[in-house]
Amino acid sequence: MQNLTAKSGSASAVKEVVIALVGNPNTGKTTLFNALSGLRQRVGNYPGVTVERKVGRFQWGGVSFQLIDLPGTYSLTPRSPDEMVAVDVLLGLQPGEKRPDVILSIADASNLERNLYLTTQLMEVGIPVVLALNMTDLAEAQGRIYDPAKLQERLGIPVVALQAHRGIGLDALRNVLAQTSSPPRAGVHFPEIVEREAQQLAAYLREGLGSARGRETLDPSSARFLALRLFFDQNGYTEKALRNRLGEDLAGMLREARARLDAAGYPVPATEAQLRYAWIKDRLRDCYSEAPRPARDWTDTLDRILTHRVWGMAIFLIIMFLVFQAIFTGAQPLMEGIILAQSFVADFVRNSLPPGPLRGLISDGIIEGVGSVLVFLPQIVILFGFIAILEDCGYMARAAYLMDKIMARCGLSGKSFIPLLSCFACAIPGIMATRVIEDRRDRLATILVAPLMSCSARLPVYVLMTSAFIPTDTWLGPWLPGLVLFCMYLIGLIVAPLVAWLLKRSLLRGETPIFLMELPAYKWPSPGMVVYRMYDRGKAFVVRAGTIILATMIVVWALLYFPVEGTDETGAPINFDLRLAELETTQAELEDQLQDLQTVGDLSLEAAQKMALLEEKVHAIQDEAAHLQGSWKRQSILGRMGRAVEPAVVSLGWDWRIAMAVLASFPAREVVVGTLGVIYDAGSDVDETSPSLQAQLKAARWGPDSPLAGEPVFTVATALSLMVFFALCCQCASTLAVIRRETNSWLWPLFTFAYMTGLAYVGALVVFQTAKLLGC
Amino acid sequence: MTLAELRVGQKAVIEALQGSDSVTQRLMEMGLLKGETVELLGIAPLGDPLEVRLGSYRLSLRKAEASRVLVTTLRD
Repeated sequence: MQNLTAKSGSASAVKEVVIALVGNPNTGKTTLFNALSGLRQRVGNYPGVTVERKVGRFQWGGVSFQLIDLPGTYSLTPRSPDEMVAVDVLLGLQPGEKRPDVILSIADASNLERNLYLTTQLMEVGIPVVLALNMTDLAEAQGRIYDPAKLQERLGIPVVALQAHRGIGLDALRNVLAQTSSPPRAGVHFPEIVEREAQQLAAYLREGLGSARGRETLDPSSARFLALRLFFDQNGYTEKALRNRLGEDLAGMLREARARLDAAGYPVPATEAQLRYAWIKDRLRDCYSEAPRPARDWTDTLDRILTHRVWGMAIFLIIMFLVFQAIFTGAQPLMEGIILAQSFVADFVRNSLPPGPLRGLISDGIIEGVGSVLVFLPQIVILFGFIAILEDCGYMARAAYLMDKIMARCGLSGKSFIPLLSCFACAIPGIMATRVIEDRRDRLATILVAPLMSCSARLPVYVLMTSAFIPTDTWLGPWLPGLVLFCMYLIGLIVAPLVAWLLKRSLLRGETPIFLMELPAYKWPSPGMVVYRMYDRGKAFVVRAGTIILATMIVVWALLYFPVEGTDETGAPINFDLRLAELETTQAELEDQLQDLQTVGDLSLEAAQKMALLEEKVHAIQDEAAHLQGSWKRQSILGRMGRAVEPAVVSLGWDWRIAMAVLASFPAREVVVGTLGVIYDAGSDVDETSPSLQAQLKAARWGPDSPLAGEPVFTVATALSLMVFFALCCQCASTLAVIRRETNSWLWPLFTFAYMTGLAYVGALVVFQTAKLLGC
Repeated sequence: MTLAELRVGQKAVIEALQGSDSVTQRLMEMGLLKGETVELLGIAPLGDPLEVRLGSYRLSLRKAEASRVLVTTLRD
């Protein structure tokens, strides 16, 4: 095993063989990755791109293996920085990544010719390649039985037959991986002139890159590989990347070289595909025997129904409804459970710690923050359960096929449909689901418009505003509030495609990505795979987005907590937290006394009077607490921020208190309801249907400094303006955290927040001013 | 004629692919090459994309791309 590199120097040197797993989509690559490495996996991101870096480890025969999962691809023809990652890793050019010792190329045996296209490219990288011939059972069912030994001899690389989902062939594969140490003997033979041109360019690359990098030169096979990519990929990413390092001469050299190849009868790009497929056909010719084929192909029959004009669409709509219903309502009990547990723990902390900043930080900052991370888990896990099932059984591709025409109108493809639909429940799992979209620009456009879909967190705001302010006595009768609610959902549906269309024509402009999608054969989904996907995505969310969400929650908590000392209504200094704690204790004592009286069951007049008196006292304390909380939050840093921005939002019909509630809802939209409750002195235990909150909002008047002094703050116009604002804004730290995670950059969450806030402001302004003109 | 003009159920042999850009390159990588047999399995309910059988697998592509693929129909 001369190829195994030992970590030099240390006495406890551990040999670790680095394996890169590469394959087409739908080949069972993830199943094989999990089967080999179990759950010993680490997920991260490659710097600067949106590609996930997934590494697993395992031991076999005294050797340690590190398994790198590269994104599924049909060829090593990079067209974007994301696709370049695979090439960089394989050539050892990825900073911080050790060059793999072995490439594990997984192929679907039921469609071997096309799968081997990628393998022939991998065989030119210059490191050993092992072919995992997966899904041999499916190939057999379709009429082909491969002879792995013969295949190995003809291809010149080790071949192992596998049924990864059943665990068949894994030990043999591990043995082969441990023993393989020499690069492929041969591969696709390119004509003399292509080889000559490639050698010349390779020499140029080795010289140029070697000096530019200032360390080890490119090895000959890597240089030849890059040279071939430069010839064959017109306007490809390899050229773009290398032009930055080698200068503009490269473009001219390539143009001339392509012209010479063309003149010699080897046009670009046809030559490469023709030569590779010709080689593959020739090699495969005597490597299989025909098996009896079933008269009827299940996939054909199912496809006739599932892509049928009427039945196909009907079944699609039913499946989508089920998925949506499951995330929207199925997750409810679990989410409520999490909220309940959170308030239980927070109460426990409140009761066991003395009042002060520490208690506030733990109960209102950290526990609230952890709860607001965990509360998304049910929806994420349920959606990914469905996605895993739909993807594993082959239906996902059909869904994209059915919906492509609609999505193509705004420059996206059918693959964006399910992620965007999920966003109506919650943008977090929806954005995470965009990983099914391979094209980078399509995926980014989908992520950026995803938060425009009216998610369930907007509902409390809509409900509060419509039930308090939308009249039911117009000619539309009781239908008007419902109509308003419907319009709010419509806003996202109209604006999102427009924004996607604009993005694809401006920021994300580029070659139109083509829609080329394999429709895999239908099969039963593997339960293990489904459970794994749910676990994997849930963990990815908690670990990598959770921290950002938690940090935001703590910051907003602090902005609302400090300063804790202020003045009460008489202008006397007061510590709000301590005073509220005192009131809480007094209230608890009074309630205890009340309880005692009720238990005794004394029916005398005297007892009844005593109880009435106690109840009155409790109410008085509750009122005082509500007022105190209100003035505390109004005097907090965030309250001051609200006053500062009031001039900017007066034209939206908002006073500074609304501005403050909107600022406080940065972590999550629904927070605005509770904050409005506190600052309008309705207490902190209100929700969108509370009569007390609705009454307080109706009673709210503009302050004495305003030209509107004494007028009601909330009118129909204000309510509409607030609703439209929340329909369009991105007041959701979790969404921004997930965008940060999925795009691996702060640029995109900042952009999303900025453009959505801008849209929301303009939308609210237009709606408020129009409504005011109409006299609402 | 082109692949986009086939009727559902019709088989054809690929004569040539038009263009030399990365779109054509991708079509070729997926196995749409001169001499290969294709069968139009279906058209999506909304009129686009197409479902095509190519060798031992099914491929979906839009009419815009399919019209780059020149074919001759087979009788059988």
